[in-house]
Amino acid sequence: MPYKLDFQTDRRISETIKQLNNDHMVLNMGPQHPSTHGVLRLVIELDGEEIVDVIPDIGYLHRGMEKLAEAKGYHRFIPFTDRLDYLAPMSNNTGLVLTVEKLIGIEAPPRAQYLRVILCELARISSHLLWLGTSALDIGAMSVFLYTFRERETIYDIFEEVCGARFTVSYMRVGGVSVDVPPHFVKMVQTFIDDFGAKIEEYATLLTDNKIWRLRTEGIGVISGERAVEYGMTGPCLRGSGVDVDLRRDNPYLVYDELDFNVPLGENGDTFDRYLVRMEEMRQSRRIIRQALKKLPGGLIKVEDNKVSFPKRSTIENSMEALIHHFLLSSDGVKAPAGEVYMSIEAPKGELGFYAVGDGSPYPKRMRIRSPSFVNLSALPEMSRGHMIADVVAIIGTIDLVLGDCDR
Amino acid sequence: MSFPIVGEPIEAIKEKLDILYNEFVERFVEFRGELTLYVKPERIVEICRTFRDNNGLAYNMLADLTAVDNLNNMRDGEPRFHVVYHLFSTVSKHRIRLKAPVVGEPPTIDSVTPVWCGANWHERECFDMFGIVFRGHPDLRRILMPEDWEGYPLRKDFPVADQEPYEYINKQLADE
Repeated sequence: MPYKLDFQTDRRISETIKQLNNDHMVLNMGPQHPSTHGVLRLVIELDGEEIVDVIPDIGYLHRGMEKLAEAKGYHRFIPFTDRLDYLAPMSNNTGLVLTVEKLIGIEAPPRAQYLRVILCELARISSHLLWLGTSALDIGAMSVFLYTFRERETIYDIFEEVCGARFTVSYMRVGGVSVDVPPHFVKMVQTFIDDFGAKIEEYATLLTDNKIWRLRTEGIGVISGERAVEYGMTGPCLRGSGVDVDLRRDNPYLVYDELDFNVPLGENGDTFDRYLVRMEEMRQSRRIIRQALKKLPGGLIKVEDNKVSFPKRSTIENSMEALIHHFLLSSDGVKAPAGEVYMSIEAPKGELGFYAVGDGSPYPKRMRIRSPSFVNLSALPEMSRGHMIADVVAIIGTIDLVLGDCDR
Repeated sequence: MSFPIVGEPIEAIKEKLDILYNEFVERFVEFRGELTLYVKPERIVEICRTFRDNNGLAYNMLADLTAVDNLNNMRDGEPRFHVVYHLFSTVSKHRIRLKAPVVGEPPTIDSVTPVWCGANWHERECFDMFGIVFRGHPDLRRILMPEDWEGYPLRKDFPVADQEPYEYINKQLADE
């Protein structure tokens, strides 16, 4: 299809340029550019090599998730959340089921909660590793990418052992988790985090004191704490600017209040600080997993209330009631009372919030997904202005956006 | 089952807002430890600014902005759309939800972009999905759906299935 300059975005820029009567250039970047991490289109106004303005154009991956949730119901929406931030499906699953649990008014058994914490933190490490690899690749440090993908492979192996899927896991259920972990799970995770300590220092040696890396990241994409709050930025992007907010500690969910960890903060709010924050977060995740593995209790993996979670397969043959519950859960799904809740978790990329409005049926009246990438991306124009064109790539990398999460 | 309270009790809000409380808030609902205030839509910018700047409240972050379509279960006298503001305080880590009814055709409410610049994209999305017009918004156009899309997908009268597949390219070729 020939490229046509008839989009509103482009029209606005070309009008501005006409008004200014200068010789600015308009550059179209994406939607298939490799450094945009998916399908992000940027229309960049340039004065020589300096960026005057950036207009992000999103929506290429919009699948109508919120509308689908209204049609699918609470239970059948779980697999869809895998496709939000597809680099951390465990976190998305957890966010959704916690919201529904809050709306219904139940709490998962302790074993399920600890498993969720362990898997969410593994997802955080996996997501941060991908960010580290790709953002270094974008800037030109190719070797880091090859190392980080080696470790992500181990995490995917763990996920495969847990639920059979490596990428789109759909492991969490309303009221617990789908199946118990295999007996060798604890050893597998333990081995991984034991090895990972040395690996992360290896990445740090490759980058932290690397002169080129520092030149490309220090002072690039600066955003002050106040502006970051005003934009509603969350996660490492907010903490990199020195604002001390971490929902795991501030609005504790699951069993994070029983675990000990630090919240790393940056000072300057530049790309380098956000890099340091994410590196430290991976070390902290390792600490959290270690403690959670030690405390991992036995017992149930999901609530016994059969109106919420499926009855055991063996009971269906003997109990009429179990059969009815099984049938109703399969045909209708989990019913939630009338009311509204907003539940947010600290996903790897920031605050992932679900706002669910129930009306007594198995289908939500409204299921809003507040995705971190969407909000963080809205600050991109401000972060890029005045920098060089090559820095845009570094800034997109440092925001750590996933377009599946952004466009929903 | 009790849930951790993520917001302040209503008494604390009343005390901090003082006489403004009756001017701003019509009623409140508490559910699962969350506080929802139904506020007056015509003063939404002033309300948001007060919630942000009042030292005791300090809800300085707009965590989320969206809307709810009540088409199928409207209570008597309730309008079809509510715009929902989720506020968060990075100081006290409290959360609060403000709900403002919107009326008119198209439904219209003042934009809160002067209070939080982050509201810009949220309001664009809300316009894109619900057709709610935010008065005073600097750049109100569709954000996720294609620019020439007809209808507002998240409205309850917009069908989920039985839609013609979207043929953007053909449409463009026909124009030429």
